Amino acid sequence: MADPLLSFKNLKIEATAYPPGEAPRHVVLVDGVSVSVEKGRVLGLIGESGAGKSTIGLSAMAFGRGGVRLTGGQIVLNGRDIRAAGQGDLRDLRGKEVTYVAQSAAASFNPAKKLMEQVIETSVAHGVMTKSEAEARAVSLFRQLSLPNPETIGNRYPHQVSGGQLQRVMTAMALCPKPDLVIFDEPTTALDVTTQIDVLAAIKRAIHETGVAALYITHDLAVVAQVADDILVLRHGKMVEYGTTDHIINTPKEAYTQALVSVRSIDHDEKPHAAPVLSVQNVTARYKGTNFDVLKNVTVDVAPGQTLAIVGESGSGKSTLARAITGLLPPAQGRISFAGRSLSTDLAGRTKDDLRELQMIYQMADVAMNPRQTVGTIIGRPLEFYFGLKGAEKEKRIQELLDQIEMGKGFADRYPAELSGGQKQRVCIARALAAKPKLIICDEVTSALDPLVADGILKLLLDLQARENVAYLFITHDLATVRAIADKIAVMFKGQVVRYGQKSDVLTPPFDDYTDLLLSSVPEMELGWLEKVIQTRKMESAGN
Amino acid sequence: MRLPLSAIVGLVLTGAFLFIGLFAQFIAPYPIDSAVGGVWEGPSAQYWLGTDTIGRDIVSRLIYGAQVTIFVALASSILAFSLGSFLGFFAAVRGGWIDQTLSRVVDLVMAIPSLIVALVMLSVLPLNLTVLILVMGVLDSTRVFRLSRAVAMDITVMDYVEAAKLRGEKQGWIIFREILPNALSPLVAEFGLRFIFAVLFISTLSFLGLGIQPPLTDWGGMVKENKDGLIYGKAAALMPAMAIAALAISVNLVADWILSRTSSLKGGRGG
Amino acid sequence: MHPVLKLVVQRIALGLLLLLAVSAVIFLGVEALPGDTAQAILGQQATPEALANLREQMGLDQPALSRYFSWLGGVLQGDLGTALTNKADIAQSIGQRLGNTLFLAGCAAAISVPLAILLGVIAARYAGRWPDKVISGVTLTTISLPEFVAAYFVIFLLTQVIPIFQPVAMVFPGMSFWAKLHAVALPVIVLVLVVLAHMMRMTRAAILNVMQSAYIETAELKGLSPMQVVWRHAFPNAIAPVVSVVMLNLAYLVVGVVVVEVVFGYNALGQYLVDHVTKRDVPVVQAVGLIFAAVYIFLNMAADIIAIVANPRLRHPK
Repeated sequence: MADPLLSFKNLKIEATAYPPGEAPRHVVLVDGVSVSVEKGRVLGLIGESGAGKSTIGLSAMAFGRGGVRLTGGQIVLNGRDIRAAGQGDLRDLRGKEVTYVAQSAAASFNPAKKLMEQVIETSVAHGVMTKSEAEARAVSLFRQLSLPNPETIGNRYPHQVSGGQLQRVMTAMALCPKPDLVIFDEPTTALDVTTQIDVLAAIKRAIHETGVAALYITHDLAVVAQVADDILVLRHGKMVEYGTTDHIINTPKEAYTQALVSVRSIDHDEKPHAAPVLSVQNVTARYKGTNFDVLKNVTVDVAPGQTLAIVGESGSGKSTLARAITGLLPPAQGRISFAGRSLSTDLAGRTKDDLRELQMIYQMADVAMNPRQTVGTIIGRPLEFYFGLKGAEKEKRIQELLDQIEMGKGFADRYPAELSGGQKQRVCIARALAAKPKLIICDEVTSALDPLVADGILKLLLDLQARENVAYLFITHDLATVRAIADKIAVMFKGQVVRYGQKSDVLTPPFDDYTDLLLSSVPEMELGWLEKVIQTRKMESAGN
Repeated sequence: MRLPLSAIVGLVLTGAFLFIGLFAQFIAPYPIDSAVGGVWEGPSAQYWLGTDTIGRDIVSRLIYGAQVTIFVALASSILAFSLGSFLGFFAAVRGGWIDQTLSRVVDLVMAIPSLIVALVMLSVLPLNLTVLILVMGVLDSTRVFRLSRAVAMDITVMDYVEAAKLRGEKQGWIIFREILPNALSPLVAEFGLRFIFAVLFISTLSFLGLGIQPPLTDWGGMVKENKDGLIYGKAAALMPAMAIAALAISVNLVADWILSRTSSLKGGRGG
Repeated sequence: MHPVLKLVVQRIALGLLLLLAVSAVIFLGVEALPGDTAQAILGQQATPEALANLREQMGLDQPALSRYFSWLGGVLQGDLGTALTNKADIAQSIGQRLGNTLFLAGCAAAISVPLAILLGVIAARYAGRWPDKVISGVTLTTISLPEFVAAYFVIFLLTQVIPIFQPVAMVFPGMSFWAKLHAVALPVIVLVLVVLAHMMRMTRAAILNVMQSAYIETAELKGLSPMQVVWRHAFPNAIAPVVSVVMLNLAYLVVGVVVVEVVFGYNALGQYLVDHVTKRDVPVVQAVGLIFAAVYIFLNMAADIIAIVANPRLRHPK
């Protein structure tokens, strides 16, 4: 067997953290990782945030971001150990033998220069090819990556093209100098689901046609299953499991890997239709001073103790719907009734009970809590405000709520900054529960969390629903979450509800065009899913 | 909480300045305006920093000068701060035309350099302490307005403020319990800076003859009185100048330190 | 219309509007303040008839608004009124002095701008290491000093301790260029010291801001040499913020000039202004105040316009 292209042997990477107001701390980011990448094969690096995947990816070029130091082990690229190589040698190989595709293309391009100039820069600077050769190669790569107007897109500036297109241009930039290895660092994480699939297909095809080796970094196992030949599972900087994609997805050995694979496989028997606790009828809304309708004739309802999931991508109007329901954006037309009463369209006209029985939980838990208040104060305020609870009685109820969210006594005195992402969100849930609401609006509450933590939150929410009989209006862009938690689903697109009904009905074909696109774009954790989808779409467009 | 050396030095010097100003009457060896020695005598055991242009003890005049300066600077800073932060918060929370009008007015006042505005106003108004305090206070309040409005706006868009609104909390509660505690750090640093600018501004005005008038004195005025001595090699004017420099640098050190600890508004509880 | 052009025109219009509003503030604001000009000139002993006569003579019996408009009209035609104290034509008195002030400010700018940018670049390049700490430390001290304090330190140092210069800056018409330079050397040094600190710090911040952008990392990951990274990627994006910083500090310089002129007895606009404030000569103060305000507004406006023009998003709309 030929020597591998890239080989990490006992890689150790450390850094110094400087938390404000405290002594600097020594942190080990990557501990004893050993793995190889063969020529022409794709290695997927998967793990949750903080697992060390990006750090390892960057170390393939012997690069450490910020104060990160490569302190131990070997990094063997094309037969040379580059861990301790000099700056001159490293500059030689960067951009020529190894190239990098970053997560955020928008930030990674120089806003003051045209795209073509940046795409060919490294090929020309390293003398791999002449300027005209590089330009020709760039255009052919643009074509391969299915970019619109491949001949002229290079003349545009970064802000003039869309996010998905920019990500593909970045991929072209990485492939232009004919490198041996490309590092893809979460390239599709920031994109909408329907854009993601196009970019993913383009990347996969380009990798295949150029025969380049790749490191594909992501936290989404379903995505990596489509692109990688082998997968390395990482946790807290250490290796958990390594094997071919087939092995990891279908026969994982380690418990942690199994947990990652089974994420969002929670299913939920839907409850039958019942008289609604929240009824939104023909609501149309627009922002003050504009003529553009952000919500158009939306009609949905939620039954008591059940969950209505609102699904859509960015710009669909799902969060705007939440604002209309809570009274922050009074609708121009339509009615909203809640618990049998008509809800005043704006906040000022609502009774205390109206406000109490309708609660909201936000996506970013750190911003949803006042950093100067303790957990106890945060949970206790609704108790004081709505029920007039004080002293020992209030403390007791706070403890009960803490128990319900599976957090112990000591947490009441802690500040939000001391909690983990999942714990913060649990406190927000407790705060909502403290009001004894009839309905809680959950606005993308799991989107910012790691998959395993998100699963924990979803399970908690389902438990609480069963015990307290509280209804949820669950807003999300993630279909797997929807399957796990919803009784009814509403699919939104550009401010309108395009599909609405019980979960089983909504998820069964035949679909309208948008729902079809949306559902088929969500990566499944099975091998060959991507090819199937591309094939189906090709056939559909050939048939038209 | 670890303090860097610079912050400690700054705090000590600033504290000393405030202390001296507060207890001037008990500390100064000589009265403020009695000619006790020869003209422009050098430093000696009797007169630690020498005497000034008409023989008064420089140390005593520095000490009394500190008192006057502190009084005026503190009064105008408090005025600037109260006016500026109240209006700034008000504008941020209410938004709409109130915010627009106030912001435009502030933009207008800030479009002219403060020194020019002060000069124009002082060419017409009588030169007494009240006028000085009012003029400086109003001028400075514009900067405080901008800062507190920006801070309040940053905080107002946070989800926890929206959560409070949705709960039904009254506006007063939201301002005092949700916004204010998170706005304190940058505002405290700003107060420190306002104070030091007030001190420096007064001293500049006094130097030009338009600030504190005799028989009271401040450090800027002392520089003006003694500047002619420099030609003859008499360093009397440098004493108040160095005092100003020392004070300016120390408050800057402290403000720098406070600002470095408020890197993010969301960051945990204040130390 | 191209968005950049539109925004620039808007900004200029705003600047002119601001200037108009400032002129109103300067004129009418003074009117609103307590203080009777006629009384101030004639003193407490003046008879009511004498006061009334003087008021009529000075036009003080007219309503404030109409006086404002006639003043404004005069200003636009180049007539800045007459001084109260010596009946001299203000525009004439200003003429020579304005030139002197611009000469002083110009020399200070010519030295401080390149120096500040150079030091700012060095401090940013070696951020956190000793060159940066030294530069930032020194500027922290000078940045706090009021102009007159810095001035007297410099005077003492360079006229007494190391006697190189004279403590007074006298400039008169007919002087040769080099003689003029020699005369203003000390005030220029003082102004440079004061403005340098601000400008250098802001330049450093602007450059660091650019250096910490993601696209700089992309350039490094492409294996470009440090020189290529700075020249091709950092520099084009840093020009605009740095020029903006320079403009803002030049505006700051305008104010510093006033005090420095008084310290050195330099016969120019700042000295003229302060003298007449002391003499309570309101027309002079209003006219000169307006000129300083106009320069300040203009420089701030230039800073804004540069920021607009340099923004690639605006230069090349979607």
